[in-house]
Amino acid sequence: MEPILETRQLSHIYSPGTPFEHNALRAVDLTAYRGEYLGVIGRTGSGKSTLIQHLNGLLKPTSGQVLLNGTDIWSSKEATRAARFQVGLVFQYPEYQLFEETVYKDIAFGPKNMGLDEGEIDRRVREAAAFVELDDEILEKSPFELSGGQKRRAAIAGVIAMEPSVLILDEPTAGLDPAGVERILGNIQAYHRARNATVIIVSHSMEEMARTADRLVVMHDGAIPFQGPPREIFTHAQELEEMGLGVPQITRVFQRLRALGAEVDPSVYTVAQARDAILAALGKGAV
Amino acid sequence: MEKAIIQTEDLRFSYTDTDAQEGAPLVLDGIDLKIAPGSFVAVLGHNGSGKSTLAKHLNGILLPSGGKVYVQGMDTADEEKLLDIRRAVGMVFQNPDNQIVANVVEEDVAFAPENLGVPSAEIRRRVDEALAMVGMSEYAAHAPHLLSGGQKQRVAIAGVIAMRPNCIVMDEPTAMLDPVGRREVIETVKSLNQNYGMTVVLITHHMDEAAQAGRLVVMAQGRVVLDGPPREVFAQVERLKAVDLAAPDTVELCWQLRQAGLEVPLDGLSDEACAQVLYDLLRRQRA
Repeated sequence: MEPILETRQLSHIYSPGTPFEHNALRAVDLTAYRGEYLGVIGRTGSGKSTLIQHLNGLLKPTSGQVLLNGTDIWSSKEATRAARFQVGLVFQYPEYQLFEETVYKDIAFGPKNMGLDEGEIDRRVREAAAFVELDDEILEKSPFELSGGQKRRAAIAGVIAMEPSVLILDEPTAGLDPAGVERILGNIQAYHRARNATVIIVSHSMEEMARTADRLVVMHDGAIPFQGPPREIFTHAQELEEMGLGVPQITRVFQRLRALGAEVDPSVYTVAQARDAILAALGKGAV
Repeated sequence: MEKAIIQTEDLRFSYTDTDAQEGAPLVLDGIDLKIAPGSFVAVLGHNGSGKSTLAKHLNGILLPSGGKVYVQGMDTADEEKLLDIRRAVGMVFQNPDNQIVANVVEEDVAFAPENLGVPSAEIRRRVDEALAMVGMSEYAAHAPHLLSGGQKQRVAIAGVIAMRPNCIVMDEPTAMLDPVGRREVIETVKSLNQNYGMTVVLITHHMDEAAQAGRLVVMAQGRVVLDGPPREVFAQVERLKAVDLAAPDTVELCWQLRQAGLEVPLDGLSDEACAQVLYDLLRRQRA
């Protein structure tokens, strides 16, 4: 696998030299690979938002480096600019940042700033809108006429329209109902697949991340205690609970089941895996 | 059923003024609900189901387009009773930051009783008591903006308790919180109900929260579609799916095993109960 975005010994201190001095990141080494779907999990205050703001150059490291395709994003003005365009960042509650008269103009804002011509801007706006399932009729509406879920998707389309090779989203499903969550995750997945884009999702929902991510990065107290495939991560159930993160409900059920004396796979974390594990234990095989 | 603290009779509501228009969409379409004193009722539904609109009717923030809402026998449409109604039923909203007005926690909690003209010695007593009830006494002199989301939401709850309501209606109080914050708030809600006899109506789209209530009301398209103890409601997997709601993972797993032809009861809602159901299944089939 080819690395696309890396941090090397990345540290960040807020308000250094004041009574509010705070070490938000402590020598973090993280690698995101091309085409990977990465989940970053941590509770509020663990440093995950600080981390992602470094990944497209919104925050400057106190020490350490951020590399995009092997180049330090702070090595030149061009490198910083490249990071801003290639690494798309969708903030928490991005719908609060919609400001244009129409949804179309709002989505077009990023591509316009990139200096693209009209035809290319139009193509990108329509493609981005298609990824998030907003039809032409909605593009002509004011963002303020949309439902909460539609606004959220319009805001995400604004970043997708810049066609970033790395798409980072901070809590993209926060405050949505289950149907809204599935839709947004499906939209992100569609972009990920169609463009072989690297996706980094920051979340505190273990269940959601377990279902979608190839690899999980656990943040705690400005560092990364665990990273790996979900199955591996959830074997650290005890430590995760102590960090205030917890494991998926199905994992907890299977731990109890094992404690009762049943011999079942302890690394199960989705309903489908659990069903197959039970059927296997009964000798019926998967359905 | 004993005398209801809140009762709705054929409650109908539309956000557009529909007196003249036929066929305008009804957000609430004939809700008959009785909330018993001392009960803990969760209202579950996805966005657009009408659950938040219903919540806003329970203390007269919104008034019915048709039908009636009674709070302790008082008609919410009776303007003269509005203050008494608001004192009887307090509301807690989604975003804690929008509900905190003062710079010190205890002053924030004192805000409502001050406005009610409560004597200062009595205010002191109520504030101390309210903070104790939500487990925030040690933060009385803290600045609210330095608290975590869960702590802020508990302060907001204390602010409502200080008015001495008989019932608290919470409209998605955990939607913006991380898992630790959510747990804090839900534990607080349960304690208010169990230890202090407070009637609680919890509007949520989190199934795990709804599962904690004594009674679960499921809404879809402005109607009540299911109503009963969570264990019974969640066992109706097909009916939940029909209104685009999923069952909790525990019940979903048992349901999928049933689809695979196994004899599995659907009432294993909690981790423990589900593990026991699975254990019994494995043991029975082996025997």
